[in-house]
Amino acid sequence: MNPQSRLRRRLARIEETAFLFLMRLALISVVMILGWILATLLIKGMPVLSWELISQPPQGGYYLGGKGGILNAILGSLYLAAGGTLLALIAALPVVFYLTTYLHQKTRRAALIRLALDVLWGIPSIVYGVFGFLIMLSLGLRASLLAGIITLAFLELPILIRGMDEFIRTTPEELVQSSLAVGATPLDTTLKVISRQTLPGLITAVLLAFGRGIGDAASVLFTAGYTDHLPTSLFEPAASLPLAVFFQLGTPFPAVQQRAYASALVLTIIILVISFISRWLISRFNKYLVR
Amino acid sequence: MAECISIRNFNVAFGNTLVLKNIHLDIPCGQITAIMGPSGCGKTTLLRSINRFLELSDHVTIKGEILIDGQNIYDPQVDPIDIRSKVGLLAQRPFSLPMSIIDNVAYGLRIHGMADGKDLHRAVRHYLEMAGLWEEVKDRLREPAVRLSIGQQQRLCLARGLAVEPEIILADEPTSALDPISAQNIEQRLLELREKYTIVLVTHTVRQARRLADYLVFMYLGEMVECGEASAIFSNPQHELTRAYLHGAIG
Amino acid sequence: MNTAAGWAKRPESRTGVRKQRNRIARRLFSISAGFIFLVLFAIVTMLVQRSLPLWQNVSLPDFLTGRVWKPDQGLFGLLPFILGTFWTTGLGIAFALPLSLFSAIYLAEYARPLTRTVIKPVLDILAGIPSVIYGMWGVLVVVPVVQTTVAPLFSRAFPGIGLFQSSNPTGFSILSAGIVLAIMIAPILIAIMYEILLAVPVGLREASMAVGASRWQTIKYIVLPKATSGLIAAMILGTSRALGETMAVLMVVGNVAALPRSLFDPAYPIPALIANNYGEMMSIPLYDSALMAAALFLLLIVLSFNILSSLALRRMLQ
Repeated sequence: MNPQSRLRRRLARIEETAFLFLMRLALISVVMILGWILATLLIKGMPVLSWELISQPPQGGYYLGGKGGILNAILGSLYLAAGGTLLALIAALPVVFYLTTYLHQKTRRAALIRLALDVLWGIPSIVYGVFGFLIMLSLGLRASLLAGIITLAFLELPILIRGMDEFIRTTPEELVQSSLAVGATPLDTTLKVISRQTLPGLITAVLLAFGRGIGDAASVLFTAGYTDHLPTSLFEPAASLPLAVFFQLGTPFPAVQQRAYASALVLTIIILVISFISRWLISRFNKYLVR
Repeated sequence: MAECISIRNFNVAFGNTLVLKNIHLDIPCGQITAIMGPSGCGKTTLLRSINRFLELSDHVTIKGEILIDGQNIYDPQVDPIDIRSKVGLLAQRPFSLPMSIIDNVAYGLRIHGMADGKDLHRAVRHYLEMAGLWEEVKDRLREPAVRLSIGQQQRLCLARGLAVEPEIILADEPTSALDPISAQNIEQRLLELREKYTIVLVTHTVRQARRLADYLVFMYLGEMVECGEASAIFSNPQHELTRAYLHGAIG
Repeated sequence: MNTAAGWAKRPESRTGVRKQRNRIARRLFSISAGFIFLVLFAIVTMLVQRSLPLWQNVSLPDFLTGRVWKPDQGLFGLLPFILGTFWTTGLGIAFALPLSLFSAIYLAEYARPLTRTVIKPVLDILAGIPSVIYGMWGVLVVVPVVQTTVAPLFSRAFPGIGLFQSSNPTGFSILSAGIVLAIMIAPILIAIMYEILLAVPVGLREASMAVGASRWQTIKYIVLPKATSGLIAAMILGTSRALGETMAVLMVVGNVAALPRSLFDPAYPIPALIANNYGEMMSIPLYDSALMAAALFLLLIVLSFNILSSLALRRMLQ
């Protein structure tokens, strides 16, 4: 090997080492930032988190540092996200069935529907908020649990359908064909073979959509309103955790701001639990699936 | 007979599955050595161990030695890049790099700083001629390589490999993706190159081995069953499995 | 399965019912799929319709280039908000891009399987954290750092450059918003870029390495050129996410409707404008219409970005 190409080789190796360093640095920063966020949440939120905080609605003078808790927001968020997910699920299932049962993967119509869903998924939640708000007005509703649920349902719909669709597409083609081959109609095939095969995937998609719904603030800001009362009626406003964080952080009183940290911790814990359940479900059910 | 490649007690495992079991083999210089065997016998794995491609896969464990010109290529001191400049590879399917025809051939030359300017053009022509492609592409050197037919692309890949001046050429079923005429063309090239290079050919057809091989290795389920002069093995296989394979009873 | 045997004994009428049911289901399901397009259509048309009154008083060019936003005087100039949106988004992408690209390359080309299995849940969790949490973290961590460290440092280090001069004592700024945005979109970018890189055939990498190219040379000369269009599509997708991000940005950006001149100036992006004013918009004439027009403007940009990137990504990943 001549000296020139040896030098060239050495330079190339230095370049690679330098870029490897940058790449590792980038990846480590991403992991560290997650750690930093979680640590901030724990350090700030843990000392304030108490049974009183999560078991009571705000009492008089709460936003000046008075007694009470954020039960209104916890319940409100659970109701909003559960209602939104249920409504979205009702609208999503037929579309998922249609996509997977009757359209072959490569048809233009299927591609068009999936494109529309991807585009819907990318619409900012603030726009869904505005959209929900306009629907609310045209239905003659005011800011209420119901309006929030409807808005979240629109937000979650594309997440739910695309999530399920992706899981179902992992079903082996042979499995579908072996069902069709014994004379089952496409409908039978979907209901009896595919749905059993992909149930954990479907549940995971539901959990994902629920997690997205419970964490979204911009869409319920307009539509669900906020109240210190526990949610009792679909037609009354409902509080939510993200907005509890936002509003409490915006007050000038440190005692109330600290409750924002605790609320944020509660919200994050809920979302992490959901994420762990879905991860566990996938790993558990993966064993039984035909691949 | 001089050996170029000596494989000593060579074991390879993917995860917990042993794919190559205690391979002991000498591959002669300046000849075409064909490795045969039914699919899953480890012949491609063996081939990919000669240019240190195995380590590109996850979960792979390698034990043993492979000596090229007396040097153990699995010595920790050895840079795999040196080995791969010395050992060319012709893959199952032609993978043209996403660039022009001329740049494909020049790719390795530029990487190693082996030629530039006028030299580069002359070198490209030389290797395209060796691969028997020059006449077909001399007027369209700047076109993207993917516009060539599959057979032409495979010869382009051959030229690209030849350009870094290897001593050994590994060919992994190089004709399996080609039409019969292109396949014949590639076989012709390999026969021509035999004088200057040591060629190790993995093949899945007995007939191709018959046409090309000087030396023959028969593998079965990760073990080397038999090796020797091609003519000898074809006329009188020593092992029952080899006989069965040559007669089409297995594989 | 014993279906085959049972099937043979099944009377003709049952078969007919099943076929009938299949047909009806097909019809119903196809109608429901139309609902997807209806939603998309409804969002756009409702915003268009609601913004119509504005155009009778304000022309489109005035709306997009006007610098003054005073709803009570009937002045609706969106420019400060447009610039606020583009500044924060641009900065977010500028930070997120190298971070994501380097991470994705490492994951796709160098990382061991163990690293990948550890990183995947980290990215998933990061992508799942709600934006108010990012916003709160920004208020607690990023804003103070910008205020006490970064802004003074840059002001001193680059005295002549306006972009780095701080006249804002708070730290609630474009820079803070850009940092928070970058952290929010990085996990999405990494996940997509990783997939794009994996879609480059292994055979191409091997073809390059077979002639003695190193891994990095293979990445530089083969993988990245091959993946460029997909990586750009991923970037467009990330941009459209950043454009519409509301709460996290709103909490750290300062919300001042002026034309920003420096990274340390506050700004007022369009989503924040909408979120902050929904309460009072009904009380001032044309205010609601102007906000809907702003939302429409945002939506149209995001929609076109989304369509572009979805189409490109789909082609890349097939």
